[in-house]
Amino acid sequence: MSIRLSSLTVEDVAAARGQLPRAFSATPQERVKFWIFWGANGALTLYCLYRFGFLSGDFLHGMAKFGSVVVAQLFPPAGWGHMPEFLKAMGETIAMAFIGTLLGAVFALPLSFLASRNMTRSRPVQFGTRRFADLLRAFDYLIWALIFVRAVGLGPLAGIMAIAIVETGTFIKLYSEAIENLDRKQVDGIAAAGGNGLQRIRFGVLPQVLPMMLSNTLYMFEHNVRSASILGIVGAGGIGFLLADRLRAYALQEACTIIILVILAVYAIDWISKMLRERLIGDHRRREPVDDAVQA
Amino acid sequence: MTFEEQYAAYRRKKRWYAGLFCALFALCLAISWVTAKFDPLTLLAGLPRTTEFLVKLVPPIGLSTFGADLREWYWDGAKWMESLLSTLLMAYLATVLGTLLGGFLSFFAARNLAQRYAIYWITRRVLEIARTVPDIVWALLFIIAFGIGPLAGILAITVHTVGAQGKLFAEVNENISPLPIDGVRASGGGWLQVMRFAVLPQVLPNYMSYTFWRMELNVRSATIVGFVGAGGIGHDLFTSVQLLYFADAGAILLIVVATVMLIDILSERFRHSAIGRASFA
Repeated sequence: MSIRLSSLTVEDVAAARGQLPRAFSATPQERVKFWIFWGANGALTLYCLYRFGFLSGDFLHGMAKFGSVVVAQLFPPAGWGHMPEFLKAMGETIAMAFIGTLLGAVFALPLSFLASRNMTRSRPVQFGTRRFADLLRAFDYLIWALIFVRAVGLGPLAGIMAIAIVETGTFIKLYSEAIENLDRKQVDGIAAAGGNGLQRIRFGVLPQVLPMMLSNTLYMFEHNVRSASILGIVGAGGIGFLLADRLRAYALQEACTIIILVILAVYAIDWISKMLRERLIGDHRRREPVDDAVQA
Repeated sequence: MTFEEQYAAYRRKKRWYAGLFCALFALCLAISWVTAKFDPLTLLAGLPRTTEFLVKLVPPIGLSTFGADLREWYWDGAKWMESLLSTLLMAYLATVLGTLLGGFLSFFAARNLAQRYAIYWITRRVLEIARTVPDIVWALLFIIAFGIGPLAGILAITVHTVGAQGKLFAEVNENISPLPIDGVRASGGGWLQVMRFAVLPQVLPNYMSYTFWRMELNVRSATIVGFVGAGGIGHDLFTSVQLLYFADAGAILLIVVATVMLIDILSERFRHSAIGRASFA
C-alpha cells in the first residue's frame, strides 16, 4: 500500500480498514470470546468471595482483629534471651538444606543422563525417568516431610529426606535440560580421538554442563533454605518448629524475632549464592532458567 | 615468559582455586553434618520403614474385587472431592486477588514508572517481605485473627502472591519499549490511552503467563496450608496421617498428585499460548 501520511484522508483510512479489518479492531467472534472469558472469571471470583465469607461482616471483623491483635502485638520483637536457641535452630535449618540439596544432586546426576534425549537411546527409559522425576516433584516438601516424620520419627532427618527427594526430581529435570542443550561437536571430537563412553562424558559433556549444574544447584540450595525453615511445622526439624510453637502459644513478639532471623538468613544466603553463581556463569543479567522448575 | 610457563602458572592458579573450593565445601559439609545430626546409618535404617509406610498407603486391591476394593478405599470420596474443589477455589481466589493487588503495586515497584525513588524503594521492600515469609507462616498468623478455616489460607496465599506477582510484573514493566508510548503520546493520547494502547499490549501476555504459573504454584500451596488448619484438602491429609489412617492418606495423596500434574499440564499449555501471542503482538 502506498499511502503518503501528509495526504491521509478519511477515505484512505476507510479503504485501509476494508483491506485489513483486523489491524483496526477485533472480529465480533474475538470480542465475544473476550467477554465470555472475563465474564466467567468475574462471576467465578464473585462466587468464591461469597463462598469463603469475604462478603460477610465476619471478614471485616477478622481484618480489624488482624490489625489490632496480630500486627500490633508482633512489634517490638522480643525474646532476645532465647537467641542462642533460635540461632542453633537456624543453623540446623541451613544444614538440612545443605545436606538435602547435596543428596538430591548426587542421586540426580546419574539419573539425569538417563533422562536426556541425546544421551539415552532407549525412549521408554528416557521418558520413564522424566516421569519419575515429575512424580517426585509433584508432592510439596511438607507432604514428603509429613510422610518421613511418620517413617523415621521427629527431627531433622525427616526434613533432609524430604528435601533430598524433591530435589532429586528437580535436578533430574534441570540437569537433563542442560545436557540436552549441549554442543555435540565436543563429544564427537572425543569420540573421534578414540574416547570411550566414560571419557566422552568426562571430557566432552561435563566441561560444558558443569557450570550450569553448579549454578542450578546453588540456586536450589538458596530456595531450600526457605523451604527448610517451615518443615519444622510438621516436626521435621529446623526453626519452623520453634516458629509454629511460638505462634500457637500467641508469643507473637518472639515469633517476630524468629521471622526476622529467617528473613536475614535467607537474604545472606541469597547474596552469597548470587555472588558465587555470577562467578560460575558470568552473565548476571541472564534470567534464571530454573524459575520454571521451582515453587518459590 | 614462554607459553609453557604461562600455561603452568595458569594451571597452578586453577588447581589452587579448585583446592580451596573443595576445602571450603568439605568444611561446610562437616559443619552441616554435625549440626543436623545427620547419620547415614539412621537413614539406612529408616529406608525399610519408609517403604513399609509407603506400602501401607495402598490397601490390598484384588483383581476380581477391583471395583469393590476401590470403592472401599475411596469410602469418603465425596468429602475429599468437596475438599479438592474447595482447595482449587482457594487457589483461584488467592491468585485473582493477589494478582490484582500485585499488578497494581508493580507500577510503583518499576523504576521507569514510579514517580519517586522513595515510593519505589518502599514498595519493593513490602513486596520482598510479603514473599520471603512463607505462606504457611502467613496462614498461622491469619488463623489467629480469622480462626481455623479456608479464609485464613486464602489470605495467606494472597499475601504471598502479591509479593511474587508484584516483583515479576515490575520486571516486565521495566523491560517495556518506550517507543509505543512515545507514539501514542505523539498522536495526542492521554495517560489512560498510553496505558491502554502502549503499555498493556506489551505487558499483558507476560502477565497472563506469570498468572497461570502462579495458579499452578498456588494449587500446591493450597494443598498444604491445611496442615496448620487453614482449609483445603491438606487438612484431611494431615488428620488422616495423624490418626494413622494410612489408606485414607494414600487415597488423598493420589488425588493431590493427579490434580497437581493435571494443573501443571493445563497451565503449561495456556502459558505457551499466551507467550505465542506475545511473539506476534
